[in-house]
Amino acid sequence: MADIEVYKKSAHELALSHRRARKSMRGQVMMFSLMIFLTLISFSIVTAYQHETLGFSSYFTIPVILLFAAVQVALQLYYFMHMNEKGHNVAALFMFIGVLLAFAMLLGYITIVWW
Amino acid sequence: MSSVAQKRGFGATVYDWMTSVDHKKVGIMYLLGGLFFFILGGIEAMLIRLQLLTPNNDLVSAGLFNELITMHGTTMIFLAAMPILFGFMNYIMPLQIGARDVAFPFLNSLGLWMFIFGGIFLNLSWFFGHVPDSGWTSYTSLAIASEGHGMDFYAIGLQIAGGGTLIAGINFLVTIINMRAPGMTYMRMPMFTWTTFVASALILFAFPPFTIGLFMLTFDRMFGANFFDHTMGGNTIIWEHIFWIMGHPEVYILILPAFGIFSEIFSVFARKRLFGYSAMVFATVLIGFLGFMVWAHHMFTVGLGPTANAIFAVATMAIAVPTGVKIFNWLLTIWGGSIKVTTPMLYALGFIPSFVMGGVTGVMQGAAPLDYQLHDSYFIVAHFHYVIVGGVVLAIFAALHYWWPKMFGTMLSEKLGKVTFFFFFIGFHLTFLIQHWLGFWGMPRRVWTYMDGQGWNAANYISTIGALMMAVGFTVLVINIIITTAKNVRVTNDPWEDGRTLEWAVPSPPPFYNFTQTPLVRGLDTVWIEKMEGNKSGFTPSEPVVDIHMPNGSIIPFFMSLGLFIAGFGAMYRAETTWGLTVLILGLLLSFIAMSLRSVKDDLGYYVKKEEVLRDLKSKGGSN
Repeated sequence: MADIEVYKKSAHELALSHRRARKSMRGQVMMFSLMIFLTLISFSIVTAYQHETLGFSSYFTIPVILLFAAVQVALQLYYFMHMNEKGHNVAALFMFIGVLLAFAMLLGYITIVWW
Repeated sequence: MSSVAQKRGFGATVYDWMTSVDHKKVGIMYLLGGLFFFILGGIEAMLIRLQLLTPNNDLVSAGLFNELITMHGTTMIFLAAMPILFGFMNYIMPLQIGARDVAFPFLNSLGLWMFIFGGIFLNLSWFFGHVPDSGWTSYTSLAIASEGHGMDFYAIGLQIAGGGTLIAGINFLVTIINMRAPGMTYMRMPMFTWTTFVASALILFAFPPFTIGLFMLTFDRMFGANFFDHTMGGNTIIWEHIFWIMGHPEVYILILPAFGIFSEIFSVFARKRLFGYSAMVFATVLIGFLGFMVWAHHMFTVGLGPTANAIFAVATMAIAVPTGVKIFNWLLTIWGGSIKVTTPMLYALGFIPSFVMGGVTGVMQGAAPLDYQLHDSYFIVAHFHYVIVGGVVLAIFAALHYWWPKMFGTMLSEKLGKVTFFFFFIGFHLTFLIQHWLGFWGMPRRVWTYMDGQGWNAANYISTIGALMMAVGFTVLVINIIITTAKNVRVTNDPWEDGRTLEWAVPSPPPFYNFTQTPLVRGLDTVWIEKMEGNKSGFTPSEPVVDIHMPNGSIIPFFMSLGLFIAGFGAMYRAETTWGLTVLILGLLLSFIAMSLRSVKDDLGYYVKKEEVLRDLKSKGGSN
């Protein structure tokens, strides 16, 4: 096995990376609690709907939990899969194109093929 | 591994190629595999044409004819045209962007072996006597009803090969995004690299739906599912949608790299910068995007209704706009250029009218009401052969002549190359031009034979003669390759003398590490810029000579693919034999063991020492 280059960080670089890691950790914990909170709300809405509480019709419940699901997916991608960090522009572009194409196809199916 | 040439035994050489992760060797293997399947598909085509030579012919049976057309289409698209283009992408694209290898060399090798094993799996059907016979589109009302194991071979074989395609596409994307040399901005990338990029993006989005469709077909046929069986609540139309969501982008996956090849050839042999480079890039991206919005134009007669047909008809015709931009840009590249009519240039010049004819008939079919007349007639056969043969196959032959000196260090004979071109080109038009009229005269496609006295005899006769001429042309090409290899006259870095892109700044064939120093790119057509400023090597380094980090070879991809190949047979024979399930499990186990070996074993590659690189440099007389 050939030698592998080892790069030693200076004290300043080390401090910077620690600071970044702390910041990232803070963000992750915050988002994690937010996601648990959103999940709790979703469950409560569905429970309220099942008990036929006034105002929780299916026209309210379904769109709201779908919306929450979309928010959760975005949080997952940006905070836990690190898309909020630098250097993910191309990956993000491709994901958005993929979402757009999937949406176009779904729209095509629903409106003009299956209708 | 060392760059010092050593005599090696035959077995060691084979093992070296089997384990190679070098993009150049992988590219050559893609090319060889693709050419092998191209010959198989060509033989099938000849049998089809000989069967249709005369009315009421009985050279082949009706069942065998169905098998021949299915295997011809499937082989030519998935196992010949695409892998051959992958071969060129693999070999040339990293050189064009100034990289030493693709981003994931291991995956590159895995993609290759999955393609090879998938292709072999599909073609082994001939030896098992159960051959796919539902057409290359495999519409499930036929495919589910197809008896024997023919369509199982199709579903599993394409599943394995399709996995390889997806891997290759992702690999090219990451390579182009991350591994460009300093100064190689997106808008300085050669056209072939751009088209590789867009075609790879199409693969990324088009193949996952197909994978799912093939799994559904596999489960329907082999595991008792009912996705496409309408008597059990399934829907056969869903398969058609899924197939064409892959199938339409697939033809752009084929034609875009062909466009890239011709863009390179036009500007090199007209000795002019490509006219409207940025418009060309924009048109390529736009074609790629629109390619996803038109899949239902293959299904106008399914009964989607006037709204759907109208939307897809308009979207289809819109694609003619960026394609037209490209055609005019090529014409204006040649315009006023100092033209050298070499063999590649001859192909490029022949490509423009041929492809335009294919494109125009495409717009005709895009008009939904007319498509009701043309659907399932020989007009369709004529159209798609005009775009695939007149576009993709001409590009493959052009690229073979154009990059042969770079890949193998010898120059294919120009004289024989021109003979190939004229036989192939005239034969191609003779075969397919008349088929437009056959369609108008009412001859349906995919028919085994036809009755006398319908006015189709002469046209079919002409068509078959054309097909034989194409076969002669291809034979001349093979002879050309053999003669050139036997003569073995070595060429310099830039044998065409007008090379514009980075692959012409390295030796032919390049050393295994490609560039002794990573190049510095100062503009579009960087080698041309350097040459015009008096730098004969066409190359400005961006770094001193340093140790070069290279990946180790590995046999693991071979065994991963072999496991899937074995598991395929197990899945196919699971229901009717006792050993099927065991073989299925053992095959998958082999793949998983190979995967976990790859995961637990750290492979950090190795360094080519600076001294070794300098020694190579000195032996070549100093310049790169």
